[in-house]
Amino acid sequence: MGLFILSRSGVMLLTALCLTFIVFTLTNLAPNLEKLAKTQGNFRMSDEAVASWLDNNGYAQPTVVKYGQWLGVLPGWTRSTDEGMTGRCMTGVVSASEAANAARFCGILQGDWGHSTVLQKDVASVVSERLGNTMRLMGWVLLLMIPSALIIGVLAGMREGSVTDRSLSTVSILTTATPEYVSGVVFIAIFTSSTVGLKWFKGSATAATDNPTFENFFLPVLTIALYGLGYIARMTRASMTEVMTAQYIRTARLKGVSFPKIVLKHALRNALIAPFTVIMLQLPWLLNGVVIVETLFNYKGFGWILVQAAGNNDIELLLAISVVSVFVVLVTQLISDIGYVYLNPRIRIS
Amino acid sequence: MDPLSWTGQIAFLTPLLTLVFGLLGLSVLSWIVLNAVLPENRAINSAGGSLSLSSGPRDIASLAVKLCFLAATLLIFSYLVLGLILGTQAGIIGAMARQFLPVWIALVLLFTLSIAFKRRLGLYGKLFDSPIGMIGFALVMFWVFTGVFGAFDMIVTHDDPLAQISGLKNKVPGTPLRSPGEGDFQWYLLGGDNLARDVFSRTVKGAWEVVKIAPLATLFAFMVGITLGLPAGYFGGRLDTLLSFLANLILAFPVILLFYLLVTPEIVQTGLPQYMAIVLFSFPLIFFAVLINSRFRTQPSKNYLWLAIVLLPLLMLYLLVVNDPGSKVDFLTKTIDIIDIPGGILVVFVSVVFVNSPTVFRIVRGLAMDIKTRDYVAAAQTRGERPWYIMLWEVLPNARGPLIVDFCLRIGYTTILLGTLGFFGLGLPPESPDWGSTINEGRKLLMIYLHPALPPAIALLSMVLGLNLLADGLREESLKD
Repeated sequence: MGLFILSRSGVMLLTALCLTFIVFTLTNLAPNLEKLAKTQGNFRMSDEAVASWLDNNGYAQPTVVKYGQWLGVLPGWTRSTDEGMTGRCMTGVVSASEAANAARFCGILQGDWGHSTVLQKDVASVVSERLGNTMRLMGWVLLLMIPSALIIGVLAGMREGSVTDRSLSTVSILTTATPEYVSGVVFIAIFTSSTVGLKWFKGSATAATDNPTFENFFLPVLTIALYGLGYIARMTRASMTEVMTAQYIRTARLKGVSFPKIVLKHALRNALIAPFTVIMLQLPWLLNGVVIVETLFNYKGFGWILVQAAGNNDIELLLAISVVSVFVVLVTQLISDIGYVYLNPRIRIS
Repeated sequence: MDPLSWTGQIAFLTPLLTLVFGLLGLSVLSWIVLNAVLPENRAINSAGGSLSLSSGPRDIASLAVKLCFLAATLLIFSYLVLGLILGTQAGIIGAMARQFLPVWIALVLLFTLSIAFKRRLGLYGKLFDSPIGMIGFALVMFWVFTGVFGAFDMIVTHDDPLAQISGLKNKVPGTPLRSPGEGDFQWYLLGGDNLARDVFSRTVKGAWEVVKIAPLATLFAFMVGITLGLPAGYFGGRLDTLLSFLANLILAFPVILLFYLLVTPEIVQTGLPQYMAIVLFSFPLIFFAVLINSRFRTQPSKNYLWLAIVLLPLLMLYLLVVNDPGSKVDFLTKTIDIIDIPGGILVVFVSVVFVNSPTVFRIVRGLAMDIKTRDYVAAAQTRGERPWYIMLWEVLPNARGPLIVDFCLRIGYTTILLGTLGFFGLGLPPESPDWGSTINEGRKLLMIYLHPALPPAIALLSMVLGLNLLADGLREESLKD
């Protein structure tokens, strides 16, 4: 088990390095840097001015070197100008003595996530604040989605082909066919619009960052939860029907155990192994939904800054976001693998 | 001209429909409750020794559901038929029913022909044994026909989806044109959007955007996934480790971040999507070359003939598609380069294929790993067949069931992805009538004006739902044999 976790972590680290390098390269392509120079300097810069701005700010180095500096394994660049020293690890122009005191390495390994050009703030503080908002959203989504999906799946899979099964399966197909931007729009139209008249909820969740109430927070949560719900429910149903046809369930029925007892005591535990993996692998997909829903409901969380950063080529913010999301994806994969081994007695004992 | 109401002369059907829907809801509810509460019907041994089920409240409830459902279907059908006959006199519904006339004709033809010959049509014919599959197929084909006919300006009321007509900004459905020209359609059937364009025509045009991109992109993703997944699953080892690592790498990317990184104008300037197109579009060529070569390897004359027949047109198409004058990849002269894919579409296409192919790869790899342990593969190996022959002519045909089902599901997923791209305003030009962009535009004024955003949302929903139901029906039917 220890070796398994170790090798998985190794692969995870390698994946994270590759992915961040790809994001780094894509955000540092020449046209992106040119746009950055023009937004930071001024829009009418000549090509020479752009080149010198990039050179002065350390963007003209080879991508691998820049990546190493961002990661914190290569020393940050320094440059001496007429007024003093500038560099990656210094803010503005400083004197030579201050420059000598400045740290040599300043990448994410040293905890320096850089500066966001869009929000004019420290990336680390922006990401942690917005991530908190999204965590709250995700928490409620999971709280709503997982129990209802499991209940729907178990009820449907309990008696395959029954009325309950068919109606619940139809519901889950319907929810998987409704992407967030469709269900969100329909919900806003039905529940919040002033023309139809059902003003039950608020169509914007901006206020929910400080003061989440049922009125302004329920619709975003419901929108994300619905899309994931159908898939998990179908997986639970499939696993439940498989378990219900197993030999030991038949034995229990023949012994005369009551049906509710069979479901709760015999079937449920084995039927929930597969959905666990599905739920863990579904988490990264929720991230997608989060981006759409946060844009739709104007909830200022992690997805909202992703759109802002990507739309404005805010390199360091975008990199921090990709690090976080890649981390989420890989950690959930790891947990699902470990959890599968742990939950499944056949694998655990052998 | 007066504004159109929703139902016009057939308004008398509306209370009836409300009643029937109410009854349907009630009966479904009681059916579910009765089924959950009452015990299962007992089996009765009748005198003749035959076994039958006792009838009870459950059967009455299920009969009620069936009757209500039938009544609702009949009512909706009569809306359509009356609408077809009365046209604009039957309000917006009638006018729309008449606009969709070519689609109805095509659907009726398709279904009668398919049902008549269903025993000779293999898996496709079996689809017509499953009601779920039929409903799904009808929904899908409705949008396919709408898209195709819409592309020929047959269904739309106003040909140009970009045309703005003054005075119709954000107007409600059924608003008449202020000063219609000779031969113009007199109303905006589903109202005008915030740029005074016809919502109905744009929704119909949007169907074509989906129909022309989604199936083809999914097909390309399957080519990539199959060409890489078969050897990964069959050979295993280092190749498998490497390819799986790459697939997981792409899968670990949040899709929206990937879209933002690939589709922005700056990246397009560097020619990156075109280089990706060169790589991704070469997979069908490789696939067909290997497919033919592995089969006819021992008969060179036949081999070369088939290779020439299939590969030359494909290669031509490949070069024409990849080449784009004025960009980084521009090696053909203007006179030869007849196919020009309008800006944005190639980029969208490439990124959708790129996102989909790792998942297909994983599915194909899993199937190949499972099937390679079968006896017929061992028999082929004993015969001395080459690995590629076994993969493409033994393993792949036996994996077709799950692949076809996944293909349907994946078209739906691709439709959702295209909508996502449109929703974030990525790739396609901003005035493009595709559903995602239209939803994105409509949502800004959603609190006040519902009509611009809802039709494309419902269209997308019904199309994806249809694909999911179709996949479900196909799965059910393919499991039967």
